[in-house]
Amino acid sequence: MNMIVFTTVVLLYLLVVVYLGYRGYRETKTAADYLVAGRDIHPLVMSLSYGSTFISTSAIVGFGGAAAVFGMGLLYLTFLNIFFGIFIAFVFFGKRTRRMGLNMNAHTFPEFLGNRFDSRFLQGASGLLIFIFMPLYAAVVLMGGAQFVAQAFAIPYNTALFFFTAIIGVYVIMGGLKGVMYTDAFQGFLMLLGMTFLLVFTYVKLGGVIEAHRTLTAMKDLVPPPLAAKGHNGWTSFPPFGTENWWVLVTSIILGVGIGVLAQPQLVVRFMTVKSDRDLNRAVLAGGFFIFMMTGVAFIVGALSNVYFVNNPAFGKIALLAAGKNVDNIIPLYITSALPHWFTAVFMITLLAAAMSTLSSQFHVAGTAAGRDVWEKCIKGKGGTILITKVGILVSIVAAFLLAWVLPAFFEEGTAIIARGTAIFFGLCATAFLPMFIGSLYSRSINRTAAISGFLAGFLVALFMTLFIHTKESAPLLLCNALFGKASLALGSKWEFVDPLVVALPVSALTTLLANNFGKRLPPKHVENCFDGIR
Amino acid sequence: MLGLGDFWISLVFVLMIASVALCIAYGIARWNKD
Repeated sequence: MNMIVFTTVVLLYLLVVVYLGYRGYRETKTAADYLVAGRDIHPLVMSLSYGSTFISTSAIVGFGGAAAVFGMGLLYLTFLNIFFGIFIAFVFFGKRTRRMGLNMNAHTFPEFLGNRFDSRFLQGASGLLIFIFMPLYAAVVLMGGAQFVAQAFAIPYNTALFFFTAIIGVYVIMGGLKGVMYTDAFQGFLMLLGMTFLLVFTYVKLGGVIEAHRTLTAMKDLVPPPLAAKGHNGWTSFPPFGTENWWVLVTSIILGVGIGVLAQPQLVVRFMTVKSDRDLNRAVLAGGFFIFMMTGVAFIVGALSNVYFVNNPAFGKIALLAAGKNVDNIIPLYITSALPHWFTAVFMITLLAAAMSTLSSQFHVAGTAAGRDVWEKCIKGKGGTILITKVGILVSIVAAFLLAWVLPAFFEEGTAIIARGTAIFFGLCATAFLPMFIGSLYSRSINRTAAISGFLAGFLVALFMTLFIHTKESAPLLLCNALFGKASLALGSKWEFVDPLVVALPVSALTTLLANNFGKRLPPKHVENCFDGIR
Repeated sequence: MLGLGDFWISLVFVLMIASVALCIAYGIARWNKD
């Protein structure tokens, strides 16, 4: 890549980001400004911010690479992202979250849950869970960016990771949520431009929409035998029910992220940043299209990259083999070898924007979980909330950097590490938070015992299955091997392929329902205050 | 449809486009409500 062109483009981009971050910083005067952007953000800014926070290098590089392996079946995740992640989330969750958050004066997702159930424990435990596990999700987002930088500049992955983390670390520790959301919106706009070009260029290069799809369909005989044995029938075909590929694709990749999006702390907090339900209605309009242009394009291009790699004499093999079985390197390799050189710089900015918009929110949420939820509200620490928050952000950045450093060495060849890491975090949030979050919004009778029981049951079952049952994680984590001498307690059965979410979420929901028959009901006055203005 | 062999893959293209249309229609219909 031409260094002068690249440096100029990156500097221009960073200049705009710094200006918008500074503008947000100047407008941040109160705790509400810092934590929920003063609750008066423009709906288009909120919509783009929600979308660009949701979509990161994980979706584009990680899941795009997974689409190159699994094929277009991954588009069911795009459908769930639009239907659940935008329509259901905004219309059925967003409006109640906004009003209830205002009624309870909540500024973070754990504070929302803690205030709703009048429980300091719940706020502290939720904050702690987010603070501990968020670095895993942040690490895979960093990996996505670093993989591309390494490929574009032909430098070692670890050097690229350091450079990428340093840029983001400096920017994130600046202002509060207002600065984050202004820059998110700008980054969302850049992502939209980059992905539009990527889609158009790919279809033009492969001879048009129908021709590209036909060529990909005709390539089903090129599926390597080990993948075919797992149920891979080609890149425009869904794996047969019950095969290993079906379990991985449906339970881990599609459901894990498709359902998990409803209980993401960094996304839920955005519902509390607009001033009326009308703004949420308007945000839905842009949100659905934005998500389609992000994940839809990444998955279509990921699958179609197989056509390019097979037909290009320099490679002559499918995407997974062309990238040396490194799933997370497929999209970076496709961009740098198939597209014009100037687009590599443009796409670099697209990815930088995708990573920065997500990471800034991840670190903001992890920091406020440490400062506001654990320190100030749960253990009643006196003063220093902002300092603890910033230390929390710094600790999260260092933890994410170290995880991104070691993860590639941890997993076996051919594992979609970025997609897996994302699915683990999304699944964990769904199992721990989703049943009580739905209950908090729609049930006046749900009590504290039910919320805490469901939270603990979901989290513990998900943790147990991750450590001892689901081979994709239990094998590299080594704990099961150390205690029982095998990679998984379910080795040889279908259960070793079933994502923890599929078991832990129903367990969490059932526990919440059953435990609601025990324990004291919340005071009617408190419940009425929470539901004030909600029909 | 669209050069895609598998029913499930053709279906997901329809579902994706329908869900984007739903979001746009909802946004327009409720533009000045609530």
